[in-house]
Amino acid sequence: MAAVEKIIENRIDDKTTDSKALKWVGTRAPRPDGVDKVTGRAKFGADTHLPNMLIGKVLRSPHAHARILSIDPSAALALPGVKAVVTRDDFPDQPAGAVQPAGEMIINYRDMTRNIMAREKALYEGHAVAAVAAVSDRVAGQALTLIKVDYEVLPHVIDVDEAMGADAPLIQEDLITEGMDPAPEKPSNIAKRVEFGHGDIETGFSQAQVVIEREFKTRPVHQGYIEPHACLASFSEDGQADLWCSTQGHYVARGHCATLLGMDVSKLRVTSSEIGGGFGGKTVVYLEPVALALSRKACQPVKMVMTRDEVFRASGPACGTSMQVRIGATREGKITAGDATLKFQAGAFAGSPVPAAAMCAFAPYDLEHVRSVGYDVLVNRPKVAAYRAPGAPLGEYAVESVIDELAKALELDPIEFRLLNAVREGVDSSYGPKFGPIGCIQTLEAARDHDHYQTPLGSGQGRGVATGYWFNIGGQTSATLNLSEDGSVALVVGTPDIGGSRASLAMMTAETLGIELDKVRPLVGDTSALGYNMLTGGSRVTFAGGIAVVGAAEDLIRQLCERAALTWDLPLDDVEWIEGEARPANGRAGSEAPMSMAEIAKDMAKSGGPIVGRHSTNAQGAGPSFGTHVVDVDVDRETGRVSVTRYTVVQDAGKAIHPGYVEGQYQGGAVQGIGWALNEEYIYDEKGKIENAGFLDYRVPVCSDVPMIDTVIVEVPNPEHPYGVRGVGETPIVPPLAAISNAVENALGIRFTELPMSPPRVLAAIEQAG
Amino acid sequence: MARNHVTTTINGDPVEFLCDTEQTLLDVLRDELHLTGSKEGCASGDCGACSVTMDGRLVCACLVLAVETQGAEVETIEGMADGDRLHPLQQKFLDHAALQCGVCTPGFLVAAKSLLERNPDPTESEVRYWLAGNLCRCTGYDKIVRAVLDTAAEMRE
Amino acid sequence: MAKIVLTGNLRLYTGGETELELNAGTIRSLIRKLRERYPDLPESLEDELAISIDGTVHQDDWFARIQPDSEVHLMPRIAGG
Repeated sequence: MAAVEKIIENRIDDKTTDSKALKWVGTRAPRPDGVDKVTGRAKFGADTHLPNMLIGKVLRSPHAHARILSIDPSAALALPGVKAVVTRDDFPDQPAGAVQPAGEMIINYRDMTRNIMAREKALYEGHAVAAVAAVSDRVAGQALTLIKVDYEVLPHVIDVDEAMGADAPLIQEDLITEGMDPAPEKPSNIAKRVEFGHGDIETGFSQAQVVIEREFKTRPVHQGYIEPHACLASFSEDGQADLWCSTQGHYVARGHCATLLGMDVSKLRVTSSEIGGGFGGKTVVYLEPVALALSRKACQPVKMVMTRDEVFRASGPACGTSMQVRIGATREGKITAGDATLKFQAGAFAGSPVPAAAMCAFAPYDLEHVRSVGYDVLVNRPKVAAYRAPGAPLGEYAVESVIDELAKALELDPIEFRLLNAVREGVDSSYGPKFGPIGCIQTLEAARDHDHYQTPLGSGQGRGVATGYWFNIGGQTSATLNLSEDGSVALVVGTPDIGGSRASLAMMTAETLGIELDKVRPLVGDTSALGYNMLTGGSRVTFAGGIAVVGAAEDLIRQLCERAALTWDLPLDDVEWIEGEARPANGRAGSEAPMSMAEIAKDMAKSGGPIVGRHSTNAQGAGPSFGTHVVDVDVDRETGRVSVTRYTVVQDAGKAIHPGYVEGQYQGGAVQGIGWALNEEYIYDEKGKIENAGFLDYRVPVCSDVPMIDTVIVEVPNPEHPYGVRGVGETPIVPPLAAISNAVENALGIRFTELPMSPPRVLAAIEQAG
Repeated sequence: MARNHVTTTINGDPVEFLCDTEQTLLDVLRDELHLTGSKEGCASGDCGACSVTMDGRLVCACLVLAVETQGAEVETIEGMADGDRLHPLQQKFLDHAALQCGVCTPGFLVAAKSLLERNPDPTESEVRYWLAGNLCRCTGYDKIVRAVLDTAAEMRE
Repeated sequence: MAKIVLTGNLRLYTGGETELELNAGTIRSLIRKLRERYPDLPESLEDELAISIDGTVHQDDWFARIQPDSEVHLMPRIAGG
């Protein structure tokens, strides 16, 4: 069991991280929510019960595409124990064409209200058509069978290439493609075309001695969080409501629900439960507005929990794609041009992550001539939800596969080939802006020098490498530090803790205040506790939350110094905060005994009243993050099964606040990527119904499928964060797809251009190759 | 429909409950007894988040009918710590950062405890195959396997 | 004057122009000046944009400073998982 976990530091001029030793930041401190989670005490979305609570259930479309002619709930309402039924008639329609910023995304509420409850048409199998609330799970289930829905079944389309065809069934009959000049006259399933790049690619290709062009196809996948969507809504007769739910962003969920229900945002309080995984799939709402609508009708609390089957059919899928990539290089190994066309499934409503995919596809490379074109395409699937670095793994899978082929054609080591072309600070990115301080080269060099890359392969094995990129984001964030009378502090944040952020935020707070970590009790407040908080996503919480908690700590310190100055009758300038205590400074140094937080807190009533440190910000300047993965595989030539035998993740974290949880992000992302590359896919039948909507058949990696995942944390600090943090949660899922495909090619000499490389597909290719 | 009266033992305590015949042990633990530490990830025995032991045997509570626990001894995650002393596995999961979201953690702990009771000195492969019925989507399993191996080593001392 | 680069589909609203020079002290002033120059820019423009000033990405940040020698890129807003 190789445990090669190390941290490589590439310090730049950074006043905070360099100038003093850190006591908490960078340690593996215990997490404050840990004991609750190992004892079963932690309350997740489905773990809350209220007196007089009803159970809500959803009736879902059995058809992939059908016009809804009528819905008759009368028999269900007549069943004893049924308290409410809701349908499309219970949600006000939203204005056409209006998009609103909500959280990190631009939301088209006209689409969202149709996604949570079908209106004119059911657009995918599993689309919600009605919902009931009843006194028990059994009665609610029985009531669903009594709701009569008349459908006119329509032709459907799932595959992205077919959906772009001229004779494809139209999912939205009036959709005109955006981003075309001139705009097409006829509607189609293509919602948008985007294009990025610079230079002139044909000039670039004319300079190339080797050009490789390939087409790729990937199947739709699911985020696969272990906790199904769950919520509990309680509406009272006066129009005020409470909602408890498992969400990546309870402020964002509040906004969505209030808009969809037509109520004041402040009348709805949302409390985020512990969240059992999200990976982007819990950034949107499904059950929440439905449970609220049912509760509003029934005037009783309504709990709703998805089954696993519903999770697969009706929530958060990620795109399937069709992609073409062409890259040219000189014989010496300089890439002269790159061109990619990416076609992404959006689901039944516009908004796949194809723009981000197009922007990230060539991001690791310094290119004079580059173009990436993306198409956002409607199909009869639920609207895709974000999945960890949304879009990036797919575009980079295609590009990094061709990069690997080019390296082979040029007889260059794949890491050396990448190093010849890699981006560094000051270089124009493929999508536009110049890069600031980044760690692309550093991750490649660390991968090259790693024991893994230096170790010879076993017989029949293959090794693959790939580099990946993700932007990371900032956004609105608030934090409050409430000083208790004994000098300990309650830290209230508004970002659901999905992977240890209470630990990292408390550590940065204790570090800044100069106090013991166990004097900081971090909590995730409800939506009434703090100013707005964008959701937990975009790898933003340790970055933006860190800025917020450090700001709140500095606000607290300023007030503590003021109280000490008043107490000592000194000007504020003559008081400084060092190692968790106020001390007289300048010419007055040593004139008074230092005052600790506990001492100031003890007398705060007398010195001016409660002391509360606050900071609210819209954090800017998220640090982009590169990662390079190295993977070894064994391929069973008789069954086609690919086994990952060794895996190393190298990634720039900026600064690892809690290295244990940073490694965890690297390892978890890599294994999700292994699943995506080797096994995971939605299988649809000819009627557009999912055939594998369960964990047994949609097989995510299990413990015995994978080896230990080695990690190397590179630290090129982000100058926009007080401790140098970039954000780490998403980049780890970007390189695996290509790294594994490259390893399989290295083992078999067969280039796969379709994912997943599942045993039947691999076996067929081996047999075809003879 | 008449409900069934069941007398059983949960985490060492005598427990009586009424249940419908089709209710699973998981339904009763969570919805009737409010022992919500056992999680429902799939209700089909695929994810292991509801792992408990019944008469010492590791089972998915979602695949056991509640009426089957008549006279049985059921152990859940809520009974794993000894008063205020965490079980060594619980402590090692914390020390190794072997959880992220934590929803699969109760199932992994119950399953791992069951493994170590049978095999106090498992190899990495034995740990991986024993835990193959417990899904984790956050950690990639690395730190979980390390935590179990480290616990086994410490408990052998 | 600051160099302004329009990426993605913005060229559709600018008659194909993708690079220009402008004096705009802040993002808010930049957006206003772009609207005056290119009246076809959609209403929702701001809500769909990320703006990089000298390599630092800003989203929803009206009063971020743009220096006379800054290089500014307008690109689609980034959403994460």
